[in-house]
Amino acid sequence: MVAERQLLHIATLGFLHAHDTAHGSPLAAPWEQGDVMGELAATVGQEVIIEIGGMPVQVRSESPEFLRMLEDRYAGFLNPEADPIFEFDIELVAPRRITEEDDVAVRFESGRWLIERGDLRAEWEPVSRCGRILQSPNPYSLDAVLRIIHSLVLARQGGLLVHAASAVCSGKAYLFAGVSGAGKTTISRLAPADATLLTDEISYLRVDDGGGRGRGYLAYGTPFAGELAKIGENVQAPLAAVYFLQKGSENTIEPVKSSEAARMLLENVLFFAHDPELVGLVFESACKLVSCVPVYRLTFVPDESVWELIA
Amino acid sequence: MNPVYIARATEVAARSLDGEMMIMSAKDSTLFTLNQVGTVIWQSADGKTTLAEIVEQKIYPEFEVDSEAALKDAESFVNNLASHGILVISSDPIIARTAQGGPR
Repeated sequence: MVAERQLLHIATLGFLHAHDTAHGSPLAAPWEQGDVMGELAATVGQEVIIEIGGMPVQVRSESPEFLRMLEDRYAGFLNPEADPIFEFDIELVAPRRITEEDDVAVRFESGRWLIERGDLRAEWEPVSRCGRILQSPNPYSLDAVLRIIHSLVLARQGGLLVHAASAVCSGKAYLFAGVSGAGKTTISRLAPADATLLTDEISYLRVDDGGGRGRGYLAYGTPFAGELAKIGENVQAPLAAVYFLQKGSENTIEPVKSSEAARMLLENVLFFAHDPELVGLVFESACKLVSCVPVYRLTFVPDESVWELIA
Repeated sequence: MNPVYIARATEVAARSLDGEMMIMSAKDSTLFTLNQVGTVIWQSADGKTTLAEIVEQKIYPEFEVDSEAALKDAESFVNNLASHGILVISSDPIIARTAQGGPR
């Protein structure tokens, strides 16, 4: 009657190491190290400020060519006027091919955060808000570092990075989560012409205190693109609903109870640090989100009609 | 039989949603969901009440189960939680320990 299997359901969270290497082989592009070094003398101490989710991060490099690459990569998310929350010096090193097995390690040690992956190494001090990144001249390594920085900052603020597509329709944001192949790219592609794509791959959620209008969440656009290879628009909107996707033979929509919604959401949260305190905060954030935003299971036929169910 | 005292481990985060207790082991990011009976046991795991008392006072009257079978199931349940590091079991009362942590 009180059998153990009924008492306890165990799910091991993805907490996503795999998703971070999902974008193919970042170092496949053959960068000539000589070209980069040749540019070094031209200008020293240049910078760009990349603002995602309203949080500006400054990166400096001695290579104008690399900075131009970043300006191109993060077009729409640059804000030279912003006051950065972190400042990084990027030191460019020769490319190293990474393999599928290369896992990202994020840890806090002697007053600083450390990130290590086959293709990069980064560290920063929360106190001075300064750090450095060692990587080859490609934009993908910095993508990974930025995602990790933002995930750590958001953890303390009650926000989340979610492996999900999101879009704005009539001023409201909708989030679409699901495993690879569940339909994130498809639903993004099928969005009506007046919808604005925030991302087809990694959604950015922050708590919206709404000036006393009650607690909710804001979804922000991100430059982190998936299969659509199209970066999101740098806009924000209140999160109106979360959908867990699966493809099917007809369009159906059903509410998901909070406990299951929390479990499904946590399986899609991007968090990389093995830090008990922050993991606890991320758990709390996911539970709060499903308590105040409606969550549905959306089965859909891959055509435009699915959007009639949504907005 | 020795008394069994149970207490919630320190490095866990727990929250009740729809009457089901969600528990996250902060150490290894594993998520546990308890049903109503499991939730009652978890909420009663104060380190001062024995498992037999919990079953007798909270499970037996409320869920109309056979008390002997319920205690047996409860024992294997708490042993399972303990094996995942989210519950502490002792034959003596368990005194609360303070959680560790520093600024990041």
